[in-house]
Amino acid sequence: MIAQIGAVTMINLRSIPQRWGMSLATIFSIALVVVVLLGFLSMANGFRATIQGSGSDDIAIMLRSGSQAELNSGFGRDTVRLIETAPGIARTADDRPLLSSELYVIVDGRRRASGTDANMPLRGVGAEAANLRDGFTLTAGRMFAEGSNELVVGEGVIREYEGFDLGQTIRLGQNEWTVVGLFSTGGSVFDSEIWADIGVIQNLYQRNNTFQSIRVRLDNAEAIETLRSYVEDEPRLDLDVSNEREYFAQSMGGTQDLIMFVGWPLAVIMAVGAFAGAWNAMYASVDARLREIATLRAIGFAGFPAFVGTMTESVLLALIGGLIGALFTYLVFNGISASTLGGASFTQVVFSFAVTPASIIAGMILALVVGFFGGFVPAIRAANAPLLAVHG
Amino acid sequence: MTDALYQLTDLSKRYTRGRESITIFSDLTMEIAPKDFISIMGPSGSGKTTLLNLLGGIDRPSSGSVVCDGVRIDNMNQGKLAKWRAANVGFIFQFYNLMPTLNASQNVELPLLLTGLSGKERKRRVQTALEIVKLADRAKHYPRQLSGGQQQRVAIARAIVADPKVLLCDEPTGDLDRATADEILETLQVLNTELGKTIVMVTHDPAAARYAERELHLDKGRFVEQEVMA
Repeated sequence: MIAQIGAVTMINLRSIPQRWGMSLATIFSIALVVVVLLGFLSMANGFRATIQGSGSDDIAIMLRSGSQAELNSGFGRDTVRLIETAPGIARTADDRPLLSSELYVIVDGRRRASGTDANMPLRGVGAEAANLRDGFTLTAGRMFAEGSNELVVGEGVIREYEGFDLGQTIRLGQNEWTVVGLFSTGGSVFDSEIWADIGVIQNLYQRNNTFQSIRVRLDNAEAIETLRSYVEDEPRLDLDVSNEREYFAQSMGGTQDLIMFVGWPLAVIMAVGAFAGAWNAMYASVDARLREIATLRAIGFAGFPAFVGTMTESVLLALIGGLIGALFTYLVFNGISASTLGGASFTQVVFSFAVTPASIIAGMILALVVGFFGGFVPAIRAANAPLLAVHG
Repeated sequence: MTDALYQLTDLSKRYTRGRESITIFSDLTMEIAPKDFISIMGPSGSGKTTLLNLLGGIDRPSSGSVVCDGVRIDNMNQGKLAKWRAANVGFIFQFYNLMPTLNASQNVELPLLLTGLSGKERKRRVQTALEIVKLADRAKHYPRQLSGGQQQRVAIARAIVADPKVLLCDEPTGDLDRATADEILETLQVLNTELGKTIVMVTHDPAAARYAERELHLDKGRFVEQEVMA
């Protein structure tokens, strides 16, 4: 039986070039399915990596109770003063708390690729802000000077938006700013931000003495509970305390879910179309070889090898389509920068598409499922080819 | 007659097309002796090819029985019938029915893949079969690289390679010119006389039919024996 299967499969596979048109259409449609699926998966993977890279267990972020996102939060300097004396917060060598009270406004940026406007986060930060972002490095220039209209810009912003090159002056709303430094946090969401002095932001945007968030570095990850107890027991404080990892997972997880919920159904709908294409191609293949198949059966070959041969051809076409789709997605999408709306922050989060082995496996499985089911009924037809077809 | 290779008894074949029932032949009884070379002629639609199909076990009679070498084949299941065909029958078709993607040697080897012979033994037998049909030097050629006559020779080699008792030929020269047809028919004659193959050949061509020992005419579902060759 193995020899029969081998022979029939060889006949099938060698005959593929005789039906290049149909075979190529099948390969192309399956490749397209894989490209769409991997495109969405790599987007979700990249977004997830950005979110996960943004969170630290020993950094706490505090917002006004119930606000969920910085944009909805707001409190006065008295709140900041109370947090400066809270337990569980790491301190500098000169015994100041490692704390940054921050304010966050939305400005317009122009995308390099499309020339369209998009919301960008302009964050007013204090002197310790850089020490409260793991992996922060100033890659060019210097930090802004206190009290000046100077910006330092994340690397994601430089990639995606025009006008933020080092030394350039840019108008944001009513105000002109000069870019004096570029920074990286290793691909986290902060790379999508523009930073300036908190005092200047409060002044220019009429937010005097108000803040939206406080970031602190904790003594250790467990110290979050000490800080949380302090905030809960202090009646003058009305804040939610969470560590940074939890905060990003909550505020941006919905975007990742959305990408997945669009990507899979779209890929599955396209897979149904590709399945119809594969079915059609395999039917044409069986029809074109009906006399050959009947001849083999007349010689004494069983029906099962004809079934296996047709299935092998279908699955092989799907495999080729899947590999082409995966390779194309990897070469074209992997590592490219993109941005999307980051959950409740209403600003763009810059991330890189990540074509991972797991998503390639998912794409290949989908391709093989299409090939398997697309070939199944034609394979049954091949196995039951009428013997009288030997006469043509 | 107990030494007959084939015994066909009260054989009928009907097809139903819509509400219409078409009888190809009915109550046909005949015997074919071992090492016989029979040609079957008759007008189109007389049932020549249908009879050949029944002899080869690729179709079933509506009624009656087909016994070959003491084994009744008309009621075998498909699996057993496939094995029976592999062991007992070699087919030769009008349009050769070679696999276009396999070379001559690979085409001839196909029936041997059902036998469990070693690769070396299969190769040896393929070589012998190709030598018998005088095509050993074309073993690596693909069907598209061979003439019609050469392709039919490859088909003959494929039919004899597993050493079946019977060769069933459906218009084996119908697609060939006269000279090439004569060469093919001479080859069939050699297979009959020297290798003892029983041959049943369906043909429209009276010149081809004359290569057989017996000419049978099928007309309106009845056989009319024309002559017996010396």
